[in-house]
Amino acid sequence: MTVSDVVDRLGLTVLTGSVGVEGAVSGGIVGDLLSYVLGTGAPDQIWITVQHHANVVAVAKVVGLAAVLLADGRTPDEAVLARAKSDGVVLLQSDETAFELSGRLHRLLTE
Amino acid sequence: MIYEVRAGDIEHGGSASARIKADLIQAGICPSVARRAGIVSFEGEMNLIVYSSDGGTIAVEVGPRAVVIRVEDCGPGIEDIDLAMTPGYSTAPDWATDLGFGAGMGLVNMQKNSDRFEIESHVGLGTRIACWIQRRKDTDRSSQKESE
Repeated sequence: MTVSDVVDRLGLTVLTGSVGVEGAVSGGIVGDLLSYVLGTGAPDQIWITVQHHANVVAVAKVVGLAAVLLADGRTPDEAVLARAKSDGVVLLQSDETAFELSGRLHRLLTE
Repeated sequence: MIYEVRAGDIEHGGSASARIKADLIQAGICPSVARRAGIVSFEGEMNLIVYSSDGGTIAVEVGPRAVVIRVEDCGPGIEDIDLAMTPGYSTAPDWATDLGFGAGMGLVNMQKNSDRFEIESHVGLGTRIACWIQRRKDTDRSSQKESE
């Protein structure tokens, strides 16, 4: 499954254009502690979080995540979007809570 | 390669580490080793930003057997290293915890992602951390070149 498939199936908004949306998705990780994601995250996962500052982009880049999904309608500012685009990090967004998104993503990846 | 990190520069937090990972991949280091080096660097970089008095440096050496990441600052130093290494223990200010830092996992993550980890700190003098990450001969492009 690709990021693009997940976007279509869960009705997500892509904030960073088309770069990276064909990347593979292997699973997910949920949390707002950056060190937790650094220590536990794996490449090709989608990270569901309400954190939406520039350091999130760096964590996604270092871990090699497939995308960051901003829950609860969290919206990054222009500088964060610009950094994500230049670093090739996919930012997604949804109005649903992290709990709802986690459940739906898990179902989708295990069905 | 030496990367300078400024104290309090949260806006650019992680930039040096993302560059370190990209530079290592560019140098032919296998992605999983570059990734571990990136994680170690990220935690070190954030410690310099959040805790150091005057910033510090991250030095990256690519040796024949390992990638070595050295994070150094000139203060304030860690009073009790064992306590600082305890998962969950943190002295981070509120502004850092609000951003998802200061979970007391940084030094632990550095150790977990290293094959050898050394930390030395003196109050008033500073902190030095060195992390060795063994290279993987089977997947390193640069080591394949060396053996050709």
